[in-house]
Amino acid sequence: MTAAIALHDVRRSFISRGGMFAPDRVVRAVDGVSASLDPGGVLGIVGESGCGKSTLARIILGLLPASAGEVLVEGRPLDALDRRKRARLIQPVFQDPFSSLNPRQRVRDIVALPLAAQGGVPAEERGRRVAAMLERVGLSAAMAERLPAELSGGQRQRVAIARALVLRPRIVVCDEPTSALDVSVQAQILNLLAELRRDLGLTLVFISHNLAVVEHIATEVAVMYLGRFVEQAPVEALFRDPRHPYTRALLASVLTPEPGKGIPEVGLGESYPDPANIPAGCRFHPRCPVAEGRCAEMAPVGVTQAGRMVECVLEGEGG
Amino acid sequence: MSPVLEVSNLRVRFGQTAAVRGVSLRIQRGESHCLVGESGCGKSVTALAVMGLLARGAERQADVLRFHDHDLSQLNERGMSRLRGDKLAMIFQEPMTSLNPAYTIGSQMTEVLARHRRIDRRAARERAAELLGRVGITAPGLRLGQYPHQLSGGLRQRVMIATALLCDPELLIADEPTTALDVTVQAQILRLLQRLQRELGLALLLITHDLGIVARMAQRVSVMYAGQVVESAPVKALFAAPTHPYTRGLLECIPVPGTSRRDLPLGSIPGTVPRIAPGFVGCGFRDRCAQAAEVCAGTVPTQRMADDHAYLCRLAPGWSAAA
Repeated sequence: MTAAIALHDVRRSFISRGGMFAPDRVVRAVDGVSASLDPGGVLGIVGESGCGKSTLARIILGLLPASAGEVLVEGRPLDALDRRKRARLIQPVFQDPFSSLNPRQRVRDIVALPLAAQGGVPAEERGRRVAAMLERVGLSAAMAERLPAELSGGQRQRVAIARALVLRPRIVVCDEPTSALDVSVQAQILNLLAELRRDLGLTLVFISHNLAVVEHIATEVAVMYLGRFVEQAPVEALFRDPRHPYTRALLASVLTPEPGKGIPEVGLGESYPDPANIPAGCRFHPRCPVAEGRCAEMAPVGVTQAGRMVECVLEGEGG
Repeated sequence: MSPVLEVSNLRVRFGQTAAVRGVSLRIQRGESHCLVGESGCGKSVTALAVMGLLARGAERQADVLRFHDHDLSQLNERGMSRLRGDKLAMIFQEPMTSLNPAYTIGSQMTEVLARHRRIDRRAARERAAELLGRVGITAPGLRLGQYPHQLSGGLRQRVMIATALLCDPELLIADEPTTALDVTVQAQILRLLQRLQRELGLALLLITHDLGIVARMAQRVSVMYAGQVVESAPVKALFAAPTHPYTRGLLECIPVPGTSRRDLPLGSIPGTVPRIAPGFVGCGFRDRCAQAAEVCAGTVPTQRMADDHAYLCRLAPGWSAAA
């Protein structure tokens, strides 16, 4: 089976200009990511702000070229596809439905734009497909004439999803699609995405900082830290038996609604990850609660076993 | 024991929007009280009304608005600013915008002391450094000379907490203090707040949309919807026996790691939070409520599950959806 998405050692760095007195700094936002996702799967990518997850999303969408490495979509290199072909294959849903929709266009025109950009679809057919898609995402026909400012956050995110799906893409990349929404609305949108994925056979890349949300929707989870996947596993395995110390810390910091449990001690210390200054050895060692002397010298190599990958020097040594 | 903060029937209007419609709260010394609700429910406006920080054009009324022996509804702006930052402190969600980017941490912290205490520069700096140490910042001397942009989000929020504590407040209002932070940093900041609250006997009013935070931080919880407290209870009672349909719906919406039934959809509440105009009558939740009946358009009774567990709904205590 050809993977829907395959990433081979994908890298992307940015130059951060230091200004008049400081030297320029190289920010290695994505620093060697490899992964492969089967058609119909949902790859959840979790990590803290600045770990490179949104940069990776933009690379997968073809909005940002990789500095090195290769992205294959259904077996074909992404950069060999022209924009129109790419748009038919892969579509985005972004975090903030307030800034990702043109405020001066009506919902009908926002959702029709990808069809118009492709060309060759008569206006009447466009109207039919837009109406069908709006209904599919749970928006009434009356909404088609509204402006984004007249919609709630949840309704706007439904419009963004309709726009992403109107070309019937195979892959949708969702970058924090529910982070700007209230919990009751977040649940509506998650249910909608899960339903659309099942009914339309979509492959999803789902980026979030919220582990509980990822657990609910993903089939495969990658934990990203300073530009790399430090652990990747099927969702049940990752949540049942997290291997990497960083994954454990992330899981420990989820506050489940259980009164009396108190706030957990995560044990990550005060230091903060800086993608412009990636530590030598294991990039996680300054914050790692179980780091040893060698972790500062030796960069860990990912160990893949039984369908899961862990990038930690201590992996396989028990504990 | 008289409460540190007592609010009774607080109402706030912004023109044609009734943002807060009769909120009552009592917070004792050493108690942590969580106000929880979705955006637009009036939780932040309630806090700003207590602090006297409402935008111009807002109308505030209350039967009681008392902080210790100060009647806040009678205090003028001068009196309020004497209290704010002294015995009555507040921290906000976004530590980047609540710190002034043009001044060092040290000068912003000592300014608070200069305003409220007769204290010389050196003593003020020492006090600031002492509090930075107290909130877990190593090398406080170095941090005092730095600007906000040189600190990470977690450190900035620690600085905000330290600043709020400079004058030994008795009530700390924290409005979504960890929403802008990563989960790992969030846990650290909440642990810190909990420890400080215990050590200093602070009364804490914590505003959040996150029921996970509520469960772990609160002793008492007030759930807000459309400008009203729809349910108020001790934290264990609220999670064990949520009674208002909105509270129940909210609890069903949160995915909980380890218990997630991936094959089933999450519970969700249809529709969105309504905008309530002055003069609105009836239950604000009725348009989204599966249990709504005709009587919900009339006056809604306050009922009790227990002495300390009240809710605002027509349904009897212990109702079930099947009935």
